[in-house]
Amino acid sequence: MKILVCISNVPDTTSKISFTDNNTKLNTSGIQFIIGPYDEYALSRAIELKEAAGGTVTVLNVGEADTEPTIRKALAIGADDAIRVNAFPKDAFYVASQIAAIAKSENYDLILMGRESIDYNSGLVHGLVGELLGIPSVSPVMKLDVEGGKAVMSREIEGGKEIVEASLPLVAGCQEPIAEWKIPNMRGIMSARTKPLKVVEPASVTDNIKLLNYELPAPKGACKMIDASTPEKLFDLLKNEAKVL
Amino acid sequence: MPRTDFHSPDYYQIDDLLTDEQKLVRGAIRDFVNREIMPIIEDCAQKAYFPEFIVKKFGEVGAFGPTIPQEYGGGGLDYISYGLMMQEIERGDSGMRSTASVQGSLVMFPIFKYGSEEQKKKYLPKLASGEFLGCFGLTEPDHGSNPSAMVTNFKDMGDHYLLNGAKMWITNSPKADIAVVWAKNEEGRIRGLIVERGMEGFTTPETHHKWSLRASITGELVFDNVKVPKENLLPLADGLSGPLRCLDSARYGIAWGAIGAAMDCYETARKYAIERHQFGKPIAGFQLTQRKLAEMITEITKAQLLAWRLGTLKNEGKATTPQISMAKRNNVHMAITIAREARQILGGMGITGEFPIMRHMMNLESVITYEGTHDIHQLITGSDITGISAFK
Ligand SMILES: Cc1cc2nc3c(=O)[nH]c(=O)nc-3n(C[C@H](O)[C@H](O)[C@H](O)COP(=O)(O)OP(=O)(O)OC[C@H]3O[C@@H](n4cnc5c(N)ncnc54)[C@H](O)[C@@H]3O)c2cc1C
Ligand SMILES: Cc1cc2nc3c(=O)[nH]c(=O)nc-3n(C[C@H](O)[C@H](O)[C@H](O)COP(=O)(O)OP(=O)(O)OC[C@H]3O[C@@H](n4cnc5c(N)ncnc54)[C@H](O)[C@@H]3O)c2cc1C
Repeated sequence: MKILVCISNVPDTTSKISFTDNNTKLNTSGIQFIIGPYDEYALSRAIELKEAAGGTVTVLNVGEADTEPTIRKALAIGADDAIRVNAFPKDAFYVASQIAAIAKSENYDLILMGRESIDYNSGLVHGLVGELLGIPSVSPVMKLDVEGGKAVMSREIEGGKEIVEASLPLVAGCQEPIAEWKIPNMRGIMSARTKPLKVVEPASVTDNIKLLNYELPAPKGACKMIDASTPEKLFDLLKNEAKVL
Repeated sequence: MPRTDFHSPDYYQIDDLLTDEQKLVRGAIRDFVNREIMPIIEDCAQKAYFPEFIVKKFGEVGAFGPTIPQEYGGGGLDYISYGLMMQEIERGDSGMRSTASVQGSLVMFPIFKYGSEEQKKKYLPKLASGEFLGCFGLTEPDHGSNPSAMVTNFKDMGDHYLLNGAKMWITNSPKADIAVVWAKNEEGRIRGLIVERGMEGFTTPETHHKWSLRASITGELVFDNVKVPKENLLPLADGLSGPLRCLDSARYGIAWGAIGAAMDCYETARKYAIERHQFGKPIAGFQLTQRKLAEMITEITKAQLLAWRLGTLKNEGKATTPQISMAKRNNVHMAITIAREARQILGGMGITGEFPIMRHMMNLESVITYEGTHDIHQLITGSDITGISAFK
């Protein structure tokens, strides 16, 4: 089985976010970038499938050269080779178009992604890639098995689960507990040094979305503590200061 | 996801001195420690229980002999990567780091450096994978700081050696499959022998009631007319320099490991001090507390720079025994001082198992003693800078 795993390069979940250039650019100084956590589950499942049934796992990232440590980590975890589309991942449609451009010529059986990136959280790329390639796309997938050219998947829905079947090739947006989360071992880290990482130039895509600027949520105000023995004070503050009563 | 929000203190942007691969190694071991060690370690230490399953897990992740070439099952990594691994493991627990240090630096290293090709092929891959656990027998009941006076000895019986004597304070011994044992031959030269569990006359009683390294298992090695096959002699080690080179390698790992324990104590105390209120404000707002925290981060930063520079020298094959000795002494002393101060910041909570500080503090009492006591390391530096040995 030939599997493509698309990984995003995202700020660590504990990063403090700020912006530069009149709030139009993320301030990356001091930020640690990681493989999108959902994407890492997708990668882990891809490796499990490969270990069980053979095949290859290729990781793909749309990003500039500074994403290579993230790609190396994916190789250390167990992907066989990697492709980096040398472009700034402007938006979901742009990223999806790049992924589709690569996938068109490569005949992957499975294209696995995270259910959403954890920076922009659109949850769009898998759907767009499915559409661009004219193949099924399913998300969020919590269980995925492949039997006889078909994939059986389970999705969490409000109040229960949905079990779906789709023919290959297909795109899946994954999340835990689809696989056991993998930690690269030292042997993997060493072998990642020499695994192939191909850099390709982006396909041209029409820009249809333009970023104007970012805004941070308003900072939280100071918290006022009120002694439990004076509930009337709380009432007074809610009524006269916060004016919510 | 086992990932926690632990970021190592990096006051001087020392991360900029690390390669992407070194950071990847550190991140992998950090995740490993968060997943495998953090959830169980307090309980293991409280119960003085050695979590034996960790040996296989260490093998899988590649924590044993990371600098040994890959053809023998090692990691083939550089010394700064190795140091960062020890730092992360000891952030979890010094006892767990001891298990890994002994296996890598004191068992695999001598076999790799002093062993025959057959010995390397026979033992190293199994030690690397965690199928075998090893131990290192140098210290004796009556000979600790002065191992050259050891009495454990072996006689050449023609087709085998006959080994007699006893070793004490041996990390991993009660569970070890093999022991690298240092003993004197008939000419009084110190040589290394590989002794296997199951050899007649060889026993490994456990040492109980430790208040330190409680999650690591310690014991004796007793040799009562043990017949050791001749092919188990390490051919290339002759004299005290054999075991001392091994200690260089382990001490190097300790110099990094101690930073991990210190970081955990410092971060715990810093967070606690910000959250804990007394006299109407966070205790972190009091000058005396700030002084403690400021000293801690300063000492950690100095220790990090010392370790990084030593690692660079090690990678270039230039680190000397006295340089390694200085880093071991300085960094362990730094860590134990931070543990004691950090414990005070936590007040009464500091003595409980809710927080890791008291465990680190008790562990570090062993770390400051083994692999050369603090005082012995002062004498090593003293002798190096004056040319006069003060040992005798
Ligand atoms: C510094 C920086 C600035 C950025 N600025 C912008 C911006 O201004 N606007 C914007 O929309 N995006 C921006 N991105 C890109 C963003 O990280 C995403 O890659 C992209 O927008 C898709 O995000 P999404 O939320 O739409 O993805 P989702 O649809 O939520 O992602 C689903 C899955 O698609 C895959 N995927 C997502 N991105 C990539 C990728 N780049 N390469 C390979 N697979 C991928 C992953 O498997 C992911 O889990 C920026 C990224 C960085 C690092
Ligand atoms: C938990 C634990 C695990 C250990 N694991 C191992 C192991 O795996 N393998 C192994 O071989 N050993 C191991 N050791 C032994 C350790 O290396 C010794 O305890 C250490 O070398 C000190 O020896 P000692 O305990 O006999 O103390 P001693 O040598 O008796 O020293 C007692 C005190 O005297 C001081 N002293 C001694 N000589 C001098 C001098 N010339 N000048 C000034 N002061 C001096 C010392 O600094 C110390 O303070 C371990 C020890 C512990 C506690």
